[in-house]
Amino acid sequence: MSTAAAVAHPPAKERLRAIRRRRTLTLGALLAALVTAVVLSIAVGANPVGPAGVWQALTAPTGSESDIVIRSLRVPRTALGVVAGIALGVAGALMQGHTRNPLADPGLLGVTQGAAFAMVASILLLNVTGMSTTILFGLAGALLASVGAFALGTAGGRGGSSPVTLALAGTAVSAFLYALTSALVLLDEQAMNVFRFWQAGSIEGRGEAVVWQVLPFVAAGLVLAFANAPGLNTLSLGEDVARSLGQNIALTRAVGIAAITLLTAAAVAAAGAVAFVGLMVPHMIRPLAGPDNRWLLPYSGLLGAIMMLVADVVGRVVALPGELEVGVVLALLGAPFFVALVRRRKPVRL
Amino acid sequence: MRLQAVDVKLGYGDRTIVNGLDLGIEAGTVTTIIGPNGCGKSTLLRALGRLLKPMGGQVLLDGKRIEQIATKEVAKILGILPQAPTAPEGLTVADLVARGRHPHQSWYRQWSADDEGAVAEALDMTGLLDLAERPLDELSGGQRQRAWISMALAQGTDLLLLDEPTTFLDLAHQVEVLELVRRLHGQAGRTIVMVLHDLNLAARYADRLVAMRDGRVVAAGTPHEVLTEELLLAVFDLDAKVIPCPVSGTPMVVPIGTRHTPQAGVTPKEVAVG
Repeated sequence: MSTAAAVAHPPAKERLRAIRRRRTLTLGALLAALVTAVVLSIAVGANPVGPAGVWQALTAPTGSESDIVIRSLRVPRTALGVVAGIALGVAGALMQGHTRNPLADPGLLGVTQGAAFAMVASILLLNVTGMSTTILFGLAGALLASVGAFALGTAGGRGGSSPVTLALAGTAVSAFLYALTSALVLLDEQAMNVFRFWQAGSIEGRGEAVVWQVLPFVAAGLVLAFANAPGLNTLSLGEDVARSLGQNIALTRAVGIAAITLLTAAAVAAAGAVAFVGLMVPHMIRPLAGPDNRWLLPYSGLLGAIMMLVADVVGRVVALPGELEVGVVLALLGAPFFVALVRRRKPVRL
Repeated sequence: MRLQAVDVKLGYGDRTIVNGLDLGIEAGTVTTIIGPNGCGKSTLLRALGRLLKPMGGQVLLDGKRIEQIATKEVAKILGILPQAPTAPEGLTVADLVARGRHPHQSWYRQWSADDEGAVAEALDMTGLLDLAERPLDELSGGQRQRAWISMALAQGTDLLLLDEPTTFLDLAHQVEVLELVRRLHGQAGRTIVMVLHDLNLAARYADRLVAMRDGRVVAAGTPHEVLTEELLLAVFDLDAKVIPCPVSGTPMVVPIGTRHTPQAGVTPKEVAVG
């Protein structure tokens, strides 16, 4: 190494330290916000409980009414919010990274409509009842739709799966499944009710079993997502540069799409059409995370969970004694926020 | 021969651009490929850098078929910078250059002192140490191009392929980039292959020129051998005078065109036009 480089080394080290400090601070702030959101989500509702009451219900339940409400309703609800929020935040950041499209949301591959169609079809055609089984069908439908879109997007193309053909295929699959779903729900009132509720997006009343049901999918998705981050970093310089750096493009894309599919399928099967979180969250956190996906992905996951819980809590208090579904609140709060974000800064180039 | 194209057939989809082309790149030379738009020079460069798979024939890297070497191993020997690459917004110069270390990393070996050293050296070589923390979008075109070259340098290969490294740059920045390329060559004897549009700069900065037309190599050799009036006519359909460059003595192309009106106080002499 030349002397000039050696001289410039201390400032580089200092810069590195400053960046690390900032990243640790951001991580700490996000974790603190998430803990706050979790506590709020457990405490707030038609039957509010103070922090002491929350602590008591979690550590030494006495069987009082508020203990039961907390342990059997609010804790599973909060857990599902965290799991779905993390999944959608990470999936959104991945999807935007892979498509290099700042407006891509994790439902782009037909996952959302795949889940909707499978759930409605299972109720109507197979007379399935019960949340757990329906959600299992939703998961399967979401995965199948994504695989279908992927196959459609790669078929015929010599160059494999370009993000643009994938997005087109996903849109086509979504439109097709949406049409089928719309036709089916007109035939049956029960299916219609399930569909309407699911369409709004909610984490209420799913129960603990659902959380355990989708957790393995989210866990597997997260492992793939974080393994995908360095590869996605090189891909963000363009496919040619990535290949010239020795990256296996097809493998990186496949792992990324598998991660997006697992995460989004789990989230929308359990919580309904709330993929909007995945569109919004990466934009909110990018100014803090920068373009490095190794940081953008975990930050997006944490912020996704925070947004999900906060929107859910807001939904519980604005329409007392009733409730607004989390998907509705997210859209109501999120849309104007998103418009402001887009107007304030010029659209990001990915 | 470091890099060799043997009877390659290249194209995209059903379109064949290059057919039956042979070319050898010798170790330690700076080779520049010239030719009119659409003649296949970028296509050839992409094939040499295994970004494009030949439809026929083969590309040999150090005597071995390039597609039989693991892409990550190729990335330790050969770096290729495509035309006008783009980076995500907000990416700093240092971060971009650090990504050049990708071929030397794996899931169990993330970032090492070697990487740190290679990045600092690459930034130093390209004169970007002071700009290391600046986002790429805030730099001038020439600085940005130097940052990309710096990334390719951090990759640590002694074989560098550059596809039109001077596109979109003004003349001063073109010279700046080509001076850098020459320094890279001089410093470690790197083998460099470039595609350039400017013939005078190509003659000035290359050891060897390869002139292409319609997917064929029309001439290859030293700038003096290749850049002749006959060749300009044959390759570019360009009527031109070739005179020695007053600075370097390398061939210099003066297009003839039709507008020869003398400006006030200037009389064209010395060279007879026609």
